[in-house]
Amino acid sequence: MDTLAYMAKNLPMIGTRAMEHLSIVCVAVVLAIACGMALGVFIARHPRLAPAVLSGGAIMITVPSIALFGMLIPLLSTIGQGIGWLPAVIAVYIYSMVPIVRNTYTALVGLDPALRDAAIGMGMDSSQRLWRVELPNSMPVIMAGVRVAVVMNIGITAIAAYIGAGGLGTFISRGITQTDIRQLLTGAVAVSLLAIASDFGLALVQKRLTPRGLAPLSH
Amino acid sequence: MTLPNAHPMITLEHLSKVYGAPGSTAAVDDVSLTVGSGEICVLIGPSGCGKTTTMRMVNRLITPTGGRVLIDGQDTTAIDTVALRRSIGYVIQQVGLFPNMTVEENIGVVPRLLGWDRARMRARAAELLDMVGLDVGQFLGRFPNQLSGGQQQRVGVARALAADPPVLLMDEPFGAIDPINRAAIQDQFLAMQQKLKKTVLLVSHDIDEAVKMADRIAIFRAGRLEQAGTPDEILVAPANDFVGGFVGPDRTLKRLRRKRVSQVHVPLVYSVGQQVEVAVDGCHGTIQVDAAGLVVAMTADGRAIGPVSVRMDSDLRVVVSELLRLAVPWLPCVDGEGRLRGVVSQAAISRQVSGASVAASSDAVSKQGGGNAATP
Repeated sequence: MDTLAYMAKNLPMIGTRAMEHLSIVCVAVVLAIACGMALGVFIARHPRLAPAVLSGGAIMITVPSIALFGMLIPLLSTIGQGIGWLPAVIAVYIYSMVPIVRNTYTALVGLDPALRDAAIGMGMDSSQRLWRVELPNSMPVIMAGVRVAVVMNIGITAIAAYIGAGGLGTFISRGITQTDIRQLLTGAVAVSLLAIASDFGLALVQKRLTPRGLAPLSH
Repeated sequence: MTLPNAHPMITLEHLSKVYGAPGSTAAVDDVSLTVGSGEICVLIGPSGCGKTTTMRMVNRLITPTGGRVLIDGQDTTAIDTVALRRSIGYVIQQVGLFPNMTVEENIGVVPRLLGWDRARMRARAAELLDMVGLDVGQFLGRFPNQLSGGQQQRVGVARALAADPPVLLMDEPFGAIDPINRAAIQDQFLAMQQKLKKTVLLVSHDIDEAVKMADRIAIFRAGRLEQAGTPDEILVAPANDFVGGFVGPDRTLKRLRRKRVSQVHVPLVYSVGQQVEVAVDGCHGTIQVDAAGLVVAMTADGRAIGPVSVRMDSDLRVVVSELLRLAVPWLPCVDGEGRLRGVVSQAAISRQVSGASVAASSDAVSKQGGGNAATP
């Protein structure tokens, strides 16, 4: 009850923190979609590079987020941005790249080879093939990667409060230092709800981006 | 059937493809072949014989390591690869319709690459759907996953024809379709071809399909062209044991498929509503026709049989099948309306298939034994 009362009283603050949280995740994920899809396409076209890129990504994702934030501090201090919004965005961007690159690559190499054969045989050049055939038919799998990236990084962004990036993690970190269960629960519940809502929203986007001729993926 | 004087549309000159180091076994070894304008040439042979590789060198999906390909007299290396492919229709066994596009959009792929406007693309898609026997209103807006395999391949053929290319490459186009639909779609393609007169290179592993569809058959083994000729030439005179084995010991029956009743029948003059006495060309008996000229009954060699007849455009395999079933030496043949036109006899069919001169027309008269001579 205490917690609910606290939430009600601090609703505007929760809203502000949620916006900070989303701004980190959105900027990072949008960048990661652009770069990750490009890299995914690149390694699908140059399959010899794929194992190195994909295992490099797998290693990146095992680095604990708190350690990554720590490593970014001395690097970014050189431009006066050691803590705060920028290192949070960079870390989330790095984590987001992994599922997006992997899913883009997997989707492209998993396409029916007959589509490729038909597209080339009918006289499409490389970019026409990509934009008209390969990417549209890969959309469900790529969007699944984007959803994984967003949900995973809403959690990771909560930790960015420790490097002064703001966001809903602020409630959690203060709850821990002040042994205030109300703030801790508020932060935890808000992060969870944000993740669930984002995933739901992205499911709708995924549905829209999936060509009608493709059976929708079941997740 | 054969177009001896056809203008050469596809010419393969000493075409070769070697994978790996020079001196490795060639996938295609020194193949020379000419396909005349408006002909269907079927490339056939066992798996790995180089037939598909040969076809894919025509639109440069595979780059030859030796020799060259001319299309309408022009060396294909002198044409931009992408432009070359847009000017050649391409049909594959797996169909390869783009799942993200409707039937209309799939048919419009090459026209769109060529910069046609929307109205022209739509009109063309409708025209082609109609031509391949699919209802325009029902199918234009459908997606490939809403079509059966046979419908998909009909759309695949329509797509290849969209920009009206003079040349079509077809890689086992009907191989994945069930036998009943396959026969229907083959018949329809042949009917379309009567009007369109495309130059078609069709890869198949089915000798029956080849005999049915081809103006010329090219038989491959281990990268080499073993024999090329009209179906009749190949069935009458296989160049070697391999070709003989490939076309099969029933090759005479296979030849009958490409011959029509109209080529061997003896015309009859008669009055409707009467009994027609038959005593020509080894056919003895009577045929009863009603007032409309329809066959009511027949008597052959003293045996009475019901109203059996074959059509003028039936192939001789059908006739032989009926002759065997009824154990008679001849049958009446009728036109499209069922009116008696003449008789077709076992003797006439025998003369037709034992003729030595394969390119000769239907009036070739028999000389026994010439059929097995090897071609030089």
